[in-house]
Amino acid sequence: MLNKTVKELSQGLTDGEYSSVELCQHYLNRIKTRDPKINSFITVIEEQALRSAEIADKTIAAGNATPWTGIPFAHKDIFCTEGVLTTCGSKMLENFIPPYDATVVSNFKTVGAVCLGKTNMDEFAMGSSNETSYFGKVINPWSTSEQLVPGGSSGGSAAAVAADLVPIATATDTGGSIRQPASLCGLTGLKPTYGRVSRYGMIAFASSLDQGGPMARTAEDAAMMLNVMASHDPKDSTSINKPTPDYTAGLNKSISGMTIGLPKEFFNEHLSHALQDTIQTAIKQLEGLGANFKEISLPHSDLSVPAYYVIAPAECSANLSRFDGVRYGHRCDNPKDLMDLYLRSRSEGFGDEVKRRILIGAYALSAGYYDAYYKKAQQVRRLIKNDFVTAYNDVDMILSPTSPSEAFGFDSKGDDPVKMYLEDIFTISTNLAGLPGMSLPAGMINNLPVGMQLIGNYFEEAKMLNIAHQFQSITDWHTQSPQNN
Amino acid sequence: MPVGPEDIHKIAHLARLTIEDDKILKISEDISNILSLVEQLQNTDTNNIEPMAHPMDATQTLREDKVTQFDNRDKLQAVAPNTKDGLFLVPRVIE
Repeated sequence: MLNKTVKELSQGLTDGEYSSVELCQHYLNRIKTRDPKINSFITVIEEQALRSAEIADKTIAAGNATPWTGIPFAHKDIFCTEGVLTTCGSKMLENFIPPYDATVVSNFKTVGAVCLGKTNMDEFAMGSSNETSYFGKVINPWSTSEQLVPGGSSGGSAAAVAADLVPIATATDTGGSIRQPASLCGLTGLKPTYGRVSRYGMIAFASSLDQGGPMARTAEDAAMMLNVMASHDPKDSTSINKPTPDYTAGLNKSISGMTIGLPKEFFNEHLSHALQDTIQTAIKQLEGLGANFKEISLPHSDLSVPAYYVIAPAECSANLSRFDGVRYGHRCDNPKDLMDLYLRSRSEGFGDEVKRRILIGAYALSAGYYDAYYKKAQQVRRLIKNDFVTAYNDVDMILSPTSPSEAFGFDSKGDDPVKMYLEDIFTISTNLAGLPGMSLPAGMINNLPVGMQLIGNYFEEAKMLNIAHQFQSITDWHTQSPQNN
Repeated sequence: MPVGPEDIHKIAHLARLTIEDDKILKISEDISNILSLVEQLQNTDTNNIEPMAHPMDATQTLREDKVTQFDNRDKLQAVAPNTKDGLFLVPRVIE
């Protein structure tokens, strides 16, 4: 019963091998016994889940099941769930019970999937190691003697799937928050094109970069998830009004003749030999499937981290101004006046990394600095996008490492935030350009998984999933799981 | 550009945050480091480059100007720290 995919579980439910109640109970038991060591869940909703599972079993018995009916899963705690605590990893929302569902949440309800709970994350999705959560750090299930980070900010979702506490989980990605934890936990994670998945009810960090997406074991499960998550939503004004294809339809197509670009700026001296070798082996395997490779250039790549650390904090400082201690969220005790209420509620409610980013954002947007920082970063952002547009004249897809290394130890980046920010050096440009990106397991280094990244042209998620699925049909990295699972 | 403790206090106030005195030096240092990382942008020629606000240069979509009924006040206020008679309560603003 270990490490099953949604595809397999769906078949098991259809064949009557087990009921949804039995299936959910199985995963709930695993959460009970395994999660105290991993801390991947902030909230588990056992009773509610079992009630939904009973309804799912009736639907299956009546012959009205979708491929998702009765499938247990988890939501990242950034998605608002009506009546269920939604914290975004922050003390600010420690008691926040949303009065409505995010569109992604209602999409999963519509197809009959059963939510078991909400997964841990870096506070307000700001972090690459899951160390900034108010609810404690998440431990990578691949850790052996030393405790390792699961990556972030969707570290709880990644750890929960890697430890087989749920078969899949939702996640979000602003600068690499789906792909980097997927890489560090041996999973397949995908950040869709900006606007493909509704952001309604997804707590905002940097609105022009945030995008929800799947965290799964396989490309096939990720495709099934994207079928549920992607939708046009009038409630999100940046949601793209474009028909959603069936992302599972083209998984088995041949990738022979496809041209995949290797950006020379991403294969630089900072890559370890082990990671270079891993990626080279994967490239050879893709060549075996008929893909052609060519070197390309994304000349403004080195500017993506600097541009990101203006744009993301600027948008974060604007978005997080809504937390005022008045309408919802943390409020300080006995405020003496309105200013005291704002200052203390916010200072008590936000953690250090969130405060740091709000301050950078406020600085970059303040009088006299706007042009030098924010406008400049938005101009550089266009240069970065134009690099990609030019590259896609010659290639169908771009391939690179996902993150500079395998999972690292807690506190190993010291207390210098800049070191942590460089963790996202390969993933950030995708968010700035609004392109879809995914990470899939490419090999192991020191018995730890590492991923490779595919970056597609706008709305080419199906092509990425096709390549990933073909790669997974000749490799078994995605089927590996931590020893003590 | 180095940012000193005084700058931090000023920005913090704009963002309605208080930074404790024992943390102010570390935060000034962190933010100065981040700003020097960001400084690389200044060496790039961006003349005649239109700032990019949206990846597909989409503009705000408009919906039909139709009256819609909104009747979730009680539900929305149920999560508020302090309300009375359908109003959000804050400390007295006008004496």
